[in-house]
Amino acid sequence: MSEVATLAPPVPLGRRIKRFMSDYPLVPLIILLILLVLLLQVLRPGIVNERWIANTVKFAIPLAILAGCQTMTMLTGGIDLSVSTVATMAAFIMASQAVAYDPSVAIVIALVPAVLIGLVNGIGVGIFRVHPLIMTLGTSLVGAGCLQVYQRTVIASGTKIPDFLTWLGTGVTYGFPNALVLFVPLAALIIFILNRTGFGRLLYAVGDNEKATRLSGVLYAQVIIALYVFSSLLAGIAGLLYVGLIKAPSSLSLADPLMLPSVAAAVVGGTSIFGGRGGYTGTIIGALILTVLTTLLTILQMPEGARRILFGAIVLLVTAAYLRIVEDR
Amino acid sequence: MTRFLRRQGWVAGLFVLFVALLIVTKLIQPGYGTGDFGSLVRAVLPYAFAVAAQTVVVIAGGIDLSVAAMMAVTSVTAAAMMNGASEEYALLVVPFVLLMGLALGALNGILIIVTRVPDIVVTLATLFVLQGVALLILEAPGGAAAEWLKATIVGTIPIPGSPEGIAAWVPKALVLLIVCLCIVWIPLRRSKLGLSIYAIGSSELAAFRSGVPVARTKIVAYALAGLFSAMGGLSLTMSTGIGAPIPGPYLLASVAAVVLGGVVLGGGKGGLLGPIVAVFVLRLVRTDLTLLAVDPNVTSIIEGAIMVVVVMFGAFIAMRGRQS
Repeated sequence: MSEVATLAPPVPLGRRIKRFMSDYPLVPLIILLILLVLLLQVLRPGIVNERWIANTVKFAIPLAILAGCQTMTMLTGGIDLSVSTVATMAAFIMASQAVAYDPSVAIVIALVPAVLIGLVNGIGVGIFRVHPLIMTLGTSLVGAGCLQVYQRTVIASGTKIPDFLTWLGTGVTYGFPNALVLFVPLAALIIFILNRTGFGRLLYAVGDNEKATRLSGVLYAQVIIALYVFSSLLAGIAGLLYVGLIKAPSSLSLADPLMLPSVAAAVVGGTSIFGGRGGYTGTIIGALILTVLTTLLTILQMPEGARRILFGAIVLLVTAAYLRIVEDR
Repeated sequence: MTRFLRRQGWVAGLFVLFVALLIVTKLIQPGYGTGDFGSLVRAVLPYAFAVAAQTVVVIAGGIDLSVAAMMAVTSVTAAAMMNGASEEYALLVVPFVLLMGLALGALNGILIIVTRVPDIVVTLATLFVLQGVALLILEAPGGAAAEWLKATIVGTIPIPGSPEGIAAWVPKALVLLIVCLCIVWIPLRRSKLGLSIYAIGSSELAAFRSGVPVARTKIVAYALAGLFSAMGGLSLTMSTGIGAPIPGPYLLASVAAVVLGGVVLGGGKGGLLGPIVAVFVLRLVRTDLTLLAVDPNVTSIIEGAIMVVVVMFGAFIAMRGRQS
């Protein structure tokens, strides 16, 4: 018997590599990231050093947090298009309240609207069964409008970024960006929630087969509401971090450029937009890939238009290639 | 009659809402007349084409995030080509730009079929690409439009045999909109192709098993969206006289009006009339709020709230309907 087993025809190398990659979907992503960095090094020898890495990581972190919101909502088959508005709101409200109050109070005040928007999103999607795309689009319109009205009332008092947010956003200690102090626990929390808790498993379950999940007694509305509140809260935190990095506290379109890249990062990272498949580790690498890509396109000194074309083309290409690798079994 | 009402209930309701809003407008501003209505229609024009584009794709079960970017590309192309050219040259530009829209839309569809990436991601990527293309064609707002093209949407059309009062309420822009939409939509709706578009939106698998060429139909749906976007882009150039490479807020507006117009996200249900009436309603609300001297920022809050509440209401009714 054992002889028969050993005589099985050898699997060709190409197939083996492919199978290996589909078993470990993170490997091709990491290879792509390394290739991009190598390309950068070839084009501009010496650019890749400690400072550059710290800088890249610094800019990738807010994107990675926002992409975390997308990852979790996409796992349930949804999407959260209100993240950039929520992030901007949190940043602006914090900056305007920090003038009068203690920073910690200002931060708490700033996160209240974030939670509210998340709650409305969750109720709309979970109870009224509105399509998440529409629901989050609508709340982001409402949020952006409210923010502009709010801006009128505080225009005289000015804005201010608390020192420790600047430290968190831009500071680098021993070659490590300080933002990691916030991001590492946050990422660990998200990964822990997704992989090790019942709530995380419910997210995958809802995305995989909503009907089956309901029939097995899951309170769909509760899961969805909790999810969107958490997502908004994360977006608010990302906004606070981002304003420390960008230092433009009075901008009302602060996080808007991060909106579409956050979706792209989650998709490049292997999360299915239809739900049920994906994870946060891939998203983090996806965010890094997009950030390196942006640097790459910037140092090539192409016109803005060509840069956008390449960015879009590469996102599409990577996603398509990745789907091929993971799905062909 | 009741059957008609049940089938067209949503659209009829929207239409009643539109008329009610017109009356409200007249009450707020007794001077609101034909000229104001004409400018309303002109303002609606690009929105209406964006909405038409989105409607076709949504009925086919997809979504097109690149609508606004495609409008920007076609608009700057038209403006750049007509810049400094003769009036007759514009006769060539219009069909060229329309064909270009058709081709770009078809490209979206082909990419979706070939790469098997979800449509929302593909059109997100093409959104970036098209924005880039628009910026390459024109870096800043500029270009020009032929005079006769600009004149096609200004003023009214005299209808022979009708009293003066009625003809004044039919601006040229409205006629243009209706003609453009009907030329594409009515033959489509009556053809096998149109039925196929509804079929793949309703259930791709069932359509495939009944012999509908799913891939081809999908590509056609996206190509038609491209065509409508090109019309939208042209109308932008017509009304402003220039082309702007940064797309306006047409993407969000198109999705909102599609949903308000009774087209189900997910596909297979709804028509073109509902979304078009919905976009008129949304614009008229904005006009009314402006006339009431409401802060424009509050206007965007109200618009967002209307969208959310109406959609919630619609979903709620659908839910009740399923239960009973």
